[in-house]
Amino acid sequence: MSVAAAQGKLIAVIGDEDTCVGFLLGGIGEVNKKREPNFLVVDKNTSVQEIEDCYKKFMKRDDIDIILINQNIAEQIRHVIDSDNDNPLPAVLEIPSKDHPYDPTKDSVLRRAKGLYSADDMR
Amino acid sequence: MSGKDKINIFPSRGAQTLMKARLAGAVKGHSLLKKKAEALQMRFRQILAKIVETKTLMGDVMKDAAFSLAEAKFASGGDFNQSVLQNVTKARIKIRSKMDNVAGTNLPVFETFEDGVDTYELTGLSRGGQQMAKLKINYKRAIELLVELASLQASFVTLDNVVKITNRRVNAIEHVIIPRYERTLAYILSELDELEREEFYRLKKIQEKKKAIRDKAEVERLRLKAIGRAKELEEAGTIFDDNNEEDLLF
Repeated sequence: MSVAAAQGKLIAVIGDEDTCVGFLLGGIGEVNKKREPNFLVVDKNTSVQEIEDCYKKFMKRDDIDIILINQNIAEQIRHVIDSDNDNPLPAVLEIPSKDHPYDPTKDSVLRRAKGLYSADDMR
Repeated sequence: MSGKDKINIFPSRGAQTLMKARLAGAVKGHSLLKKKAEALQMRFRQILAKIVETKTLMGDVMKDAAFSLAEAKFASGGDFNQSVLQNVTKARIKIRSKMDNVAGTNLPVFETFEDGVDTYELTGLSRGGQQMAKLKINYKRAIELLVELASLQASFVTLDNVVKITNRRVNAIEHVIIPRYERTLAYILSELDELEREEFYRLKKIQEKKKAIRDKAEVERLRLKAIGRAKELEEAGTIFDDNNEEDLLF
C-alpha cells in the first residue's frame, strides 16, 4: 500500500462554480504539495481540451478514488469516459448540476446496464 | 470449428483412462464455474437495482444541496465563491476503501471518514452563518451518498467484467473443451475396437494354417502306414515334436 492509501483517498470534482463551491464547503478540497487542486471549475471559457486533460490527470493520480463530474460536462468528454470504463478505480460519478437536471439515459454506467436488462428495471 | 477437432494422442488403454479422467475434470469444472457465474449474476442484479435507486435519491439530495447554496448566498449577501475556491488547503473528508469478497472476486467498498479541521469555519461569519451551516450539512450528506454510489458503481464495473469472463469460460468448456474430449474418447474407442478385430482375425487365420498343415501330415502318415512302414514312424513321431514347429508369419 502506498502512503496515499494509508492516509485515505480523495474525491475529485469537475464541475461548474456552484457545484465545486458546494463540495469544497462539504470538505473534500485539497491542494497538494505541487499546488495542484483536486477540483476543476468549468465555466463558459473552459475549453473541452482543458476538461479532457484534467480528467485524464485525475484518472492517473493514485490518491483519487472517486471523480465527480457534472453530467453536462461529462457529455462533452463522453468519448474519453466511455473509452476506459473497464477499470473500476477511480469511480467516475455523473452528478446533476444546478441548471442541468440528471438524465439517466446519458449516464455511461446506466447505459451499459441498460444493454443487459429490460427498461423496466431502470425505472 | 471442425467436427474432427480432437487431441493428438496415441489410441491406447492408458490414453483412454487419461481422457476419461480429463473429461470428468472438465465436467466438474464446468458445474463449479456455472455456480460461480450464477452467484455473481445474483449479486450483479442486486447492485444494479441499488444503483438505480440511489441515483434517483441522488437527484433529490443534489437539488436540496444546490438550493441551500442559493439560500446561503442570499443570506450572506455577497458572493463567497471566490474566497472558498482560493482557500483550499487539506481535505477534511477522505475515503477509505476496503475489499468485499464475492465468490472469489474482490469488490471495492468505499467509506468516508473525517480528519482535520473545517477550513471554512469563518466563512459566513458576518452574515448568514446558520444558512452556511445548513449548506455544509447538506453537501456532506450529498458526499456520503455519492461515496456510497461510487462503491456500488465500482462494484458494478468489476462484477460486469468478472461475469463476462466467467461466462466466457463456462461456454468455452461447454462448447469446445468437453466436445473435444468426447471426440477424442470416441476416436480412441473406435481404434481399440479395430485392433481387437484385427487380433481376432489373425488368431483365426493362424488356427486355419495350423489345421491345414496338420491335415497334410495326417494324410502323409496314413499313406506311409498303408505301405507298411508305419511302425517306425510311430516311434519317431512323439508329442514333443510339436514344440519345434516353425512360427507362422504373415
